[in-house]
Amino acid sequence: MALRRHIVAIGLNHKTAPVEVRERLAFSSEDTAQILETMHQHHCVDEIALFSTCNRVEFLLATQDAPEAVEALKDFIAEFKDTPRHTFEQALYVYNGDEAVRHIFRVASSLDSMVVGEPQILGQIKDSYADACNYGTCGVILNRLMHKSFSVAKRVRTETGIGDHAVSISYAAVELGRKIFGELEGKAVLLLGAGEMAELAVEHLVNNRARPIFVANRTFERGLELAERFRGTAIRFEEIRNYLKEVDIVISSTGARQYVLVRNDFKGLMRARRNRPLFFIDIAVPRDIDPEINRINNVYVYDIDDLKSAIQENIEERQQEALRGERIVDAAVVQFRRWFRALDVVPTIVGLRDKMEEIRQKELKKTLSCLHSVSEKDRAAIDRLTTALVNKILHDPTVFLKQDGHKDMKSLRVDITRRLFNLDESDEKEPEPEA
Amino acid sequence: MSLFSASTMACYIASSIGYQGYILFQKKYVYRLANIVLFIGFLCHTGAIALQYFEAGHVPVQNLHDALSAFGWAVAGVFLILQIKFHLMVLGALVAPLATLSVVIAALLPKPPVELAPLFASLWRTFHIGTLVVGNAAFAIACLVGILYLIQENTIKDKRRGFFFRRLPSLKLLDSVGYASLIVGFPMLTFGIITGVIYAQMVRGRFWSWDPKEIFAGITWLVYAALLHERLAVGWRGRRAAIMTIVGFVILIFTFFLFFWR
Repeated sequence: MALRRHIVAIGLNHKTAPVEVRERLAFSSEDTAQILETMHQHHCVDEIALFSTCNRVEFLLATQDAPEAVEALKDFIAEFKDTPRHTFEQALYVYNGDEAVRHIFRVASSLDSMVVGEPQILGQIKDSYADACNYGTCGVILNRLMHKSFSVAKRVRTETGIGDHAVSISYAAVELGRKIFGELEGKAVLLLGAGEMAELAVEHLVNNRARPIFVANRTFERGLELAERFRGTAIRFEEIRNYLKEVDIVISSTGARQYVLVRNDFKGLMRARRNRPLFFIDIAVPRDIDPEINRINNVYVYDIDDLKSAIQENIEERQQEALRGERIVDAAVVQFRRWFRALDVVPTIVGLRDKMEEIRQKELKKTLSCLHSVSEKDRAAIDRLTTALVNKILHDPTVFLKQDGHKDMKSLRVDITRRLFNLDESDEKEPEPEA
Repeated sequence: MSLFSASTMACYIASSIGYQGYILFQKKYVYRLANIVLFIGFLCHTGAIALQYFEAGHVPVQNLHDALSAFGWAVAGVFLILQIKFHLMVLGALVAPLATLSVVIAALLPKPPVELAPLFASLWRTFHIGTLVVGNAAFAIACLVGILYLIQENTIKDKRRGFFFRRLPSLKLLDSVGYASLIVGFPMLTFGIITGVIYAQMVRGRFWSWDPKEIFAGITWLVYAALLHERLAVGWRGRRAAIMTIVGFVILIFTFFLFFWR
């Protein structure tokens, strides 16, 4: 008879641990193999997976002794990272059972991320799961749990607007650009200066097929370097005003102490542009673009604070959508619990017997309704015959389920039996595990 | 009221509600449904006008009742044609109520008997009013698009995001639809004024009599001509063009009512 299994999530994230703790406990991909294989050999760890990103370090375990497994893992982390337990123990959270399942569903659905709705987390979790599969540390339980978390994440993304609105400066700039120009394809971009955020914004615009790209930098060589990176053209800083006639979007991040462009620079410019809209994204602090320019017809100036407030609105919108995501997660937790509880041998045997008995009764009723000349005595005999048949058919599967063996094999046998006899009819069809 | 007219009104009201629903809930199927209902309404309206034509023996654009009803029909028709190219979904929320308002007011107005001029003159009058009605409908849509443009431009300029920012399309699309409406409306207005001048010569014996409605028609034409010229010559677009479009339509509406009340 199998012991009861437990699912445990143990880890820390941006909410519970400062960055220096997260840095210290982050595991590289080279570490992963050693950690998973070592912990998997521990007598109370049946299955294990590890997710390590810049914002979180999480272990997911299937175990028969949750407290001991957690303690063993804490000791192992302390030893592996050569750091005392007390330095990180406060930051750790431990979730058991349903709470652990809910947690992993929330993480995969990006409901637990620093930026709710960011799409990268699901990919990172899929990669981590693939690693665990490669090292053979995932079994029936974690396979099922991970695949379920992928389908929950997909549902949350498609059924809510959690990822609809821009929540980064560069995305917000692109979103605004679309509201002005419709399509960004073929829109000429001028990059003034070279800040990391400005470069990121240009990258996003290029991804939206904005072309051509012009780069103006006080150091021409640096401008040339950037222009090559974006397959654009480097121009002299003094040529900016001439190019304002040509471009549609200007991204500025120069570090100058005063405005690079003032309202007077625009005399006659809009006429020369035939009033085509001009969009300034001013990421510099102090600002490069005179805010008075925003008052000119068909010119739009957004500085870093404007973009940040736009993002804040979007974040609030996402939080609203996240509430709908939580409801999807809650329903999925209940569904998973049903499957997980059924992994015990006894409910599976009971379920199997109930199913067979139901079939027996149905067929018996159908047959006896056609036999009008059968006596009560004969009916009882047929009843006994079918009961004996069912018992004999079920004998071997029952022995197969009850036999002792490796801890993973028990879950596997139960899972195979449940699939073979279709005992989870109410459960949704799960995707086949990937290779 | 004929069955056609009643169905028209019902469809226009239903589509107005549908388009408002789309604006609120942002569900595409609601928009599609509203579009279908508006199209059915347009067909019923076409049927009603055809019926009136066969009953009266002339195109029913001879008095304010007829002209308003025809205006509603033209607004719905021009909008449906523009939708094929531009898919400006939010516009329906303004166009359908305008078409509804036109047919409702038309239904409430009395129908004075029409004094038909001799056949040839009557033909010019029909052309004159018919083309002006279609032109006016196109300018009405240009005006509504101009209003939407100003709303969206204000939200972007003032950095106030929210309800309208999310629901209204890009400035580029609004500007393009406004321009397309002008391109449809201006030749119609021009043709309408020319046929009106010819009709005046036939009926009154002179082309131009400095009548206020003639003066206002001339002013309207000049406003739109200036707007189009500036757009083509120096690329006038955006806020200024939207305001001019709205001003032009206000003068146009004034002229329209002046035409029938004098």
